[in-house]
Amino acid sequence: MQVELQQVNKLFQKENGQSLQVLENINLTIQQGEFLSLIGPSGCGKSTILHIIAGLEFPSEGQLLINGQQVKGPGPDRIVVFQESGLFPWMNVLENVMYGLLLKKMKRKEAEEKAMDALRMVHLGRFSKAFPHELSGGMKQRVAIARALVMDPDILLMDEPFAALDEQTRMVLHYELQEIWQKTKKTVVFITHNIREAVMLSQRIVLMGTRPGILKKEFLVEAAFPRDPSDSVLVHLEKRILASLEQEMEKVLKEEMGDDYRLQKDAHVSDPLYHLGSDI
Amino acid sequence: MLAILFIIWEAISKSGLFPTIMWPPLLFSSHGEATVLGTLFQGIADGRILEATGRTLSRLALGFVIAITVGLTLGYLIARFKWVDDTLGFLVTALQSVPSIVWLPLAIVWFGLGETAILFIVTIGATWTMTVSASTGFKNVPGLFLRVAKTMGSSGFHLLRTVILPASVPHLISGLRVAWAFAWRALMAGELVGASGGLGHLLEMGRALQSMDLVLSVMIIIGVIGTIIDNQVFMRMERSVMKKWGISAQL
Repeated sequence: MQVELQQVNKLFQKENGQSLQVLENINLTIQQGEFLSLIGPSGCGKSTILHIIAGLEFPSEGQLLINGQQVKGPGPDRIVVFQESGLFPWMNVLENVMYGLLLKKMKRKEAEEKAMDALRMVHLGRFSKAFPHELSGGMKQRVAIARALVMDPDILLMDEPFAALDEQTRMVLHYELQEIWQKTKKTVVFITHNIREAVMLSQRIVLMGTRPGILKKEFLVEAAFPRDPSDSVLVHLEKRILASLEQEMEKVLKEEMGDDYRLQKDAHVSDPLYHLGSDI
Repeated sequence: MLAILFIIWEAISKSGLFPTIMWPPLLFSSHGEATVLGTLFQGIADGRILEATGRTLSRLALGFVIAITVGLTLGYLIARFKWVDDTLGFLVTALQSVPSIVWLPLAIVWFGLGETAILFIVTIGATWTMTVSASTGFKNVPGLFLRVAKTMGSSGFHLLRTVILPASVPHLISGLRVAWAFAWRALMAGELVGASGGLGHLLEMGRALQSMDLVLSVMIIIGVIGTIIDNQVFMRMERSVMKKWGISAQL
C-alpha cells in the first residue's frame, strides 16, 4: 500500500479571523512496508500530517492518495497509536484490544483469540484481564500497539508513541517495535522529536522545517536491523540531523524570545570521541 | 449517637414540657397515648405505611425514568450542537434554579390536582439537573477517546453507545444522584399538597388528625428510604466505577 501526499497545504482559522498556515506544499510518498520517521521541532505540523493520513483532518489544498485513490475519512486500514495510549478505562485490556474487531462484526470468540495473539506479540498475554489503570505507562503503550496491530492495518501511524515513557522502557519498546515491524512488514509512519529514536527505528527520516511546516531534508538510514545504538553509522547520522535541526530550532527560539537570542553553537553536542579517551 | 438522641427525645417527652400531642414519646407510653415506634410498626403491620411507600416509590420511579431519558437526550443535543447549547443550554441553567414545587400551581391548572400533576413536578425537578450533568459529561469526553474510536471505524450511534456514554459515566452517576435527590424532594412536596395515597399524603393526614406519632413515623420512613437509596444504589455505583477506573476517592 502506497501513501502519497500531493501538494498538501493546511490552514487553520484563528479566533481573530486570521488564518495560520501549518503545512506548505507537502509532497511525500511512502512505500509499502517502509518505516518512515517524521522529525521536527514542536509545532512544525508533523502531527497534522499524521492526522491527515489517518483521515482525522483534511488538507486545505492538495490531496491524500492511498494506492492512487483519494481518501475521505478514517479507515481500519490506517490505525493510529497516540502519545497517550487512549485505552478506554471502562474496559479491561482484552476488551480494549477487541474493540476494533467487534466493530468489524467479528465473532466474539474469534476476536478474543486474535486479541490474545496480539497481546502475546507485545508480551502482555498475562495481563488480559487487567484494567488500564493497573498498568504502567510502557505497558499501556504496548496494549495500544496491540490494539492497533490486531486490526491488521496496512499502515501503522504512530504519533510520538514513546514520548511520555522513561528511557529504559523506551529502549525496550524500540526493540519490540523493530521486531514487530520485521515480523509483520507493516508500513509505519512514526512521528517523534527524538532524533535518536528516529535513527534507531527508521529506514528513512524526513526532517521538517517550521512556520509554515515544510519538508526540509531527507535522510536514509543505511544500517541493518535489528539496530545497535552504538553503530557508528547511526551516531554519525544523528549528529548530522541534529545540526540541521538546530537551524530550525534557532528560528523558533528567535521568534519566541526576540532577536537578542542566539543559540550557542554545538553547546549540547558532546564530542563523539570523548568516550574514546580523547581527554587522556 | 442514635441512642443518645433517643434518650433526649424520650426525656423531653416525659418531662411534660410539651403536650404529648406535640412531642409524642418514641417507645414508652405512660398514659396509653400512641408512640412513634408503635404507630410505625402497626402501620407496617396493617400495610398502611407499606402501601403508601409503594405508591410513593412507583411515582418516583416513573418520574425519575422520564427525567433521565429526557435529560440524557437534551444533554446529548446540547453537547453535540453548538446552537442548541447557545439557546437551550442557557434556558436549562435558568430552569434548574427554579425549585420544582414552584411549578405546582401551573401543573394543577394544566393537569388537575392529581397523579399527572405530581408526576410533572417530580419529572421537572430531576430533568434539568440531569440535562446539565449529562451535557457536562458528554462535553468532557476526552477527544483522544473519540479519535481512537474513529480511527477504528466507529461513528454515529455506535460511538455514542461504546465511547461517549461509558466515558461520561462518572459525571452521569453524580447527575443521577443529584437528580434523584431533587426528584425525591419534589415528590414529597407534591404529595404533601395534593395527592391521594403516598407518604406525603400520610404526613398531611397525620397533621390533620393531630397525630404527630404518625407524622414522625412517616418521617422516619422517608429518611430511611432516602439513606438506603443514596448509600446502596448511588454510592455503590460510584465506588464500583471509581475502582474500575482506578480513581482514588481521597484527595
